[in-house]
Amino acid sequence: MKSERVAAIVGVAESDLGKTPGKNVLQLQAQAAKLALEDAGLTKNEVDALFTAGNWAWAPSLMLAEYLGIQPKYTDSTNIGGSSFEAHVGHAVAGINAGLFEVALITYGSTSRTNPGRSAFPSALTAQYELPYGLPTPVGAYALAAMRHMHQYGTTSEQLAEIAVATRKWATLNEKAYMREPIEIADVLNSRLIAEPLHLLDCCLVTDGGGAVVVVSKRVASRLNKKLIWILGHGESHSHNTIANMPDLTMTSARESGRAAFEMAGITHDEIDIAEIYDSFTITVLLTLEALGFCKPGEGGAFVSGQRTAPGGDFPMNTNGGGLSYCHPGMYGIFLLIEAVRQLRGEGGKRQVENAKLALVHGTGGVLSSTSTVILGRD
Amino acid sequence: MVPVGCCPPRQLLFWGGIKLIKDILEPSIDQESKSFWDGLKNEQLLIQYCDDCQNYIFYPRSICPHCFSEKIRWRNSQGAGKIYSYTVVHQAFGPFKQEVPFVVGIVELDEGVRMMTRIIGKREDIAIDKRVTVVFEKVDDPIVLPYFRLV
Ligand SMILES: [Zn+2]
Repeated sequence: MKSERVAAIVGVAESDLGKTPGKNVLQLQAQAAKLALEDAGLTKNEVDALFTAGNWAWAPSLMLAEYLGIQPKYTDSTNIGGSSFEAHVGHAVAGINAGLFEVALITYGSTSRTNPGRSAFPSALTAQYELPYGLPTPVGAYALAAMRHMHQYGTTSEQLAEIAVATRKWATLNEKAYMREPIEIADVLNSRLIAEPLHLLDCCLVTDGGGAVVVVSKRVASRLNKKLIWILGHGESHSHNTIANMPDLTMTSARESGRAAFEMAGITHDEIDIAEIYDSFTITVLLTLEALGFCKPGEGGAFVSGQRTAPGGDFPMNTNGGGLSYCHPGMYGIFLLIEAVRQLRGEGGKRQVENAKLALVHGTGGVLSSTSTVILGRD
Repeated sequence: MVPVGCCPPRQLLFWGGIKLIKDILEPSIDQESKSFWDGLKNEQLLIQYCDDCQNYIFYPRSICPHCFSEKIRWRNSQGAGKIYSYTVVHQAFGPFKQEVPFVVGIVELDEGVRMMTRIIGKREDIAIDKRVTVVFEKVDDPIVLPYFRLV
């Protein structure tokens, strides 16, 4: 491992998840932030950098900081969709490395289940060339990618269903998961079609929920009485905004963000013990595994077959039950980080992957548009 | 087991109150896009061409995304191409809710650019790489969209 140890994750927490009627997005973020700081053994007055992403305010950072009573000296509300929080981790490491701050609080909150929200139609700008055709977004965009992948490589709906089934098995081991009834491949194939070839059970949940992650400098980390989870590598990229502008529907920019993260960490794919990979849809996972280089382009279907990613399989993935079965409040990326940290600390309970030392966390945002990869490791 | 719907919240945000396609488009058409939308009303599929790097460009821009040149002009596309990908939509929103199932595709024009569109044809005949040609569909007055049908 060549990576220099600059920053560690020392606190993680979820807010209430699932359905949280009566709660707003600030409450959920405050709840998660308080728990994550307690987990770290830090107080909110020690927070000097604040990161959040959302479209619930004109300037989310301003509203959140005021609500929490935090006056940061560094702020970042980068919003590239669901992968924002992996990007925030990367940005936090860069800021800590530059000596700009030492304690970064990253939060997210959403009430997309109980309060979907309605607003006037905004000026569409470049989306005006897609919106008139009625593609349901994001699912329709992922369906276009899945259809192309099937055409190009012969990938099957059964192979995509393997991912949904394996992920549900992990959810049965997580009492916080929203959907815990076991499912079989036939259940996925028999669930109704949303946008061909994707069925209902190829799609993530829509829940409420929030989360928080605390990233600190090596100096601060060394005085905390915590199992330290080091950020060994990170990378980010985005290749397009609207789906018709994706250069290749079968290859995401995980190729670039993953390569950067692996190079920085100085490790190889074989050394990864657990993978937490954004699963907005089953096809998201399959494309990501290929783009990250866990298998060759076109081999994703074979890679996930035989319940390889399920509990007991040789590629433990999405160990909390994922966006497909645990929770998915719109921008899921922060929950990938929370689960990876818990696994590396050995706090996974019934779903603990034995002796997990290195984790790959990968967020995907928009319509396969943005990707951010983080590699985490324990001492 | 009753699965949870995957209806993405952004849909509701986007489509709340939107009944007609022109309600989406009309507030969005600006100086940069007007020629494209006006061309369709005259049954012309106008795309842009960069005189410096000789690439076609879609969607309309004021600067070439390949070489940053501003020497861009409109050209009449032949409206012929092939299906790059497609999906059959079974759950839709807003003005499209009642139309399901319908086929949305990405078509690659012979000029080299791709665009989202509707594919017209029998479901069992529609496939990736099949040749298509543009048809000008008046969806609601005065909006005309470039759909593509199998040839
Ligand atoms: Zn050019």
